[in-house]
Amino acid sequence: MKLTVWTYEGPPHVGAMRVATGMKGLHYVLHAPQGDTYADLLFTMIERRDHRPPVTYTTFQARDLGSDTAHLFKDACQQAYDRFKPEAIIVGASCTAELIQDDPGGLAETLGLPIPVIPLELPSYQRKENFGADETFFQIVRHLARPMEKTAQVSCNIIGPTALGFRHRDDIQELTALLFDMGVQVNVVAPMGASPSDIARMGQAHFNVLLYPETAEAAARWMERDLGQPYTKIVPIGVGATRDFLAEVAAITSLSPQVDDSRLRLPWWSSSVDSTYLTGKRVFIFGDATHVKASARIARDEMGFEVAGIGCYNREFARDIRALGKELGVDSLISDDYLEVERVIEELQPEMILGTQMERHIGKRLGIPCAVISAPVHVQDFPARYSPQVGFEGANVIFDTWIHPLVMGLEEHLLHMFRDDFEFHDEAGPSHHGGHMPKDIAAAADPQKTVLLEDGNVIWLDAAERELKKIPFFVRGKAKRNTEKFASEKGVNQISVETLYEAKAHYAR
Amino acid sequence: MNDQTPITTGCSDTPVLKQRGQREVFCGLTGIIWLHRKMQDAFFLVVGSRTCAHLLQSAAGVMIFAEPRFGTAILEEKDLAGLVDANQELDREVSRLLARRPDIKQLFLVGSCPSEVIKLDLARAAERLTEIYNPNVRVINFSGSGIETTFTQGEDACLAAMVPMLPNTNERELLLVGALPDVVEDQALQLLSDMGISKIRVLPAHRVDAQTALGPNTVFALTQPFLGDTHAELIRRGARHIAAPFPFGEEGTTAWLRAIADEFGVDQDMFDRVTQAPRARARKAIQAQAKILNGKSIFFFPDSQLEIPLARFLTRECGMKAIEVGAPYIHGDLIGPDLELLPKGPVISEGQDVDLQLDRCRAARPDLTVCGLGLANPLEGEGLSTKWAIELVFTPVHFYEQAGDLAGLFARPLRRKSLLTGFHPNMQAAE
Repeated sequence: MKLTVWTYEGPPHVGAMRVATGMKGLHYVLHAPQGDTYADLLFTMIERRDHRPPVTYTTFQARDLGSDTAHLFKDACQQAYDRFKPEAIIVGASCTAELIQDDPGGLAETLGLPIPVIPLELPSYQRKENFGADETFFQIVRHLARPMEKTAQVSCNIIGPTALGFRHRDDIQELTALLFDMGVQVNVVAPMGASPSDIARMGQAHFNVLLYPETAEAAARWMERDLGQPYTKIVPIGVGATRDFLAEVAAITSLSPQVDDSRLRLPWWSSSVDSTYLTGKRVFIFGDATHVKASARIARDEMGFEVAGIGCYNREFARDIRALGKELGVDSLISDDYLEVERVIEELQPEMILGTQMERHIGKRLGIPCAVISAPVHVQDFPARYSPQVGFEGANVIFDTWIHPLVMGLEEHLLHMFRDDFEFHDEAGPSHHGGHMPKDIAAAADPQKTVLLEDGNVIWLDAAERELKKIPFFVRGKAKRNTEKFASEKGVNQISVETLYEAKAHYAR
Repeated sequence: MNDQTPITTGCSDTPVLKQRGQREVFCGLTGIIWLHRKMQDAFFLVVGSRTCAHLLQSAAGVMIFAEPRFGTAILEEKDLAGLVDANQELDREVSRLLARRPDIKQLFLVGSCPSEVIKLDLARAAERLTEIYNPNVRVINFSGSGIETTFTQGEDACLAAMVPMLPNTNERELLLVGALPDVVEDQALQLLSDMGISKIRVLPAHRVDAQTALGPNTVFALTQPFLGDTHAELIRRGARHIAAPFPFGEEGTTAWLRAIADEFGVDQDMFDRVTQAPRARARKAIQAQAKILNGKSIFFFPDSQLEIPLARFLTRECGMKAIEVGAPYIHGDLIGPDLELLPKGPVISEGQDVDLQLDRCRAARPDLTVCGLGLANPLEGEGLSTKWAIELVFTPVHFYEQAGDLAGLFARPLRRKSLLTGFHPNMQAAE
């Protein structure tokens, strides 16, 4: 047993859901207890999908335990087929169903459905979300893809993007344009956007672009061996990595790696004098291995930061990250315990953190600026605007994202010049971070401290003031203003609990 | 505006549509999210899988800060191999936890689907650990597993587990049962004490020190409809239940207070003196929102068991028309007074087959659909207006002063839709 509060990754069946939800025409029948449907809201809320994930849960309950659950599974499977008419079905068990040992694969097979039924073995007590996605995609490809004649024009598959992936949506678009510029057509993007029939024709591509090793490396290796398709090893995040990636594609295809980079701005932005203050800023980088590797290179070679430490939460890539740490001359942290990550950050005292949503919280607590570079992320990192990480536009996005939380160069200069000034003292922090307001000023500005209304001389009675504090802080200010306004309009000079609620009712209109 | 239908034609006799199939609901573990805010010296330790930890994280959202008072002891492969080992592992994790958090006075070992299925005996573990940490920490076990509990039933299971441990008393006292937001709880206590009812306790209390006692002269009132097991445990201890509609809206709050006032012999004059002003305020505040809600149809997917009392409030006090009122469970004993008041008409459903229920909802095209977060955006995508059900559990909505806010929660999505019409292609199709 291991005590956990935060988890960087969900269970492996959530990884399978990410593949199924990314795809079209595929349905996932998941043997799972009532309640496991919570995972739907990751897709409908965080990613804001306007459709339910294509997942049917058996949602068994205590009264179903025993022989009943196998029946339940078969019924759910048949009904899912009848209702959704998918091109293929994947079946599997969540952690609890794994314990009751019904065999979803075998049960589904006895139904004799006229479509491929792909069983998944996802060991919930050993592995996690990324493994679940990788294994699921691998099984789908292995069951459906076959060797085929290659397309006349040079083409590739882009593999790895899934639902709930950090910037996967825009990375696909950026990468597709980049490959088009080189003369490479995209055959299939998978799992995101692909149907089982698309998977079946993946064999006709000349090679694969492995965009996210976490979710598609097993499939890439299988296709290399069984479909004769080499795959790219470099993930094109950052200017240098993008150029190396283009060279890698050129080597595979014998096409020219020269593409239009007229909209690439990171190199000039980073060279301009305004960026000089970035030199040697100490950054700590944590996240999934792919984004950490890419970020470390950008941080050192393209932004001029000093990498103070790196780490990743997915053990599958521990060796890569350790090797990179050695190359950078820093310790590498392989851990999925966020308290350990917090401890390391506290020790290193970096000037900036590049991390996940958890590191954002740690940064907030320690007063260290942070930019998000990797999943797990929250709803604000599924933006409406175009924001890839990949390619040249990705580099532009990364430059802006990373420097935004930092104190501006001029501001930093002022902090030094006027360090005793109350507006620019050392603890003031960046001007756009409200939370970093100097403590004494913040205290003076506390609206709860004032008992008297400045102009009208209205007094809050003790009970009313206590009542006011019970109101959630984010509406308290409004409630206070409204009540005082109401009181002075009515010519009341003492605010009681009664007045507070009279006012509330008054403004309820 | 208010429905004048005589109460004898309520929904008490309406046959309940019971369906079994896929259920799109939370498990009882979710109750921890609000219970740990209420009980400030308690820690909730879920014994479960990574899925359980992930659920708590997803449901708690931004609430996961540096040191929350809940966590998950994640079962690993080696725990599944032999049960003796699992108990030792649990003891070790608990000792590490309590060493780190000496402020914890109550530790809840919360059962999950995996721990229930492998029959890990958490009740015995709780007894064993209570002996070890006595008298500083009390260890209590309950199950929040999805196979046994749905969403708010987690609170029921938690409170029911606390009841047998409450000390005995022969005092004639009133016990208010159900975790309410502090501001709401204080209002309820104030109203009752203004009527002269002074000996009042609450379950759950803020801290274990303030824990209430219980005995044959205790009468209790429920503030939440999902407390079936707690109700049974309290009766087993000799306490007596005051049946009443649940305190939503002006009418519900008044009926709830009236039932208690009758029990304690409060005369009508006194009752009116205390309730008149807040009743008028509540009616006024509701009226403002009811302008938007009047005549609109509403469809409830099952979620929290609050559905029937809320449907009663929305139909009678806001002029809405209920099409279907779905609840995960219907405790006839507890919900009876609300069912009686709910005007005839809607389908009352218990349990769920979500695909069939979605078919019914799409066919009815209600003006407003109350549902979980997994269904809300997909239904909005189809042009239906929705109200997230989970908000009704977190937001202060009970009693007089919140009555306008409660109506406002339902009016806001409709107001928003009228403001935004024309942007989303499906919205025009929905007209």
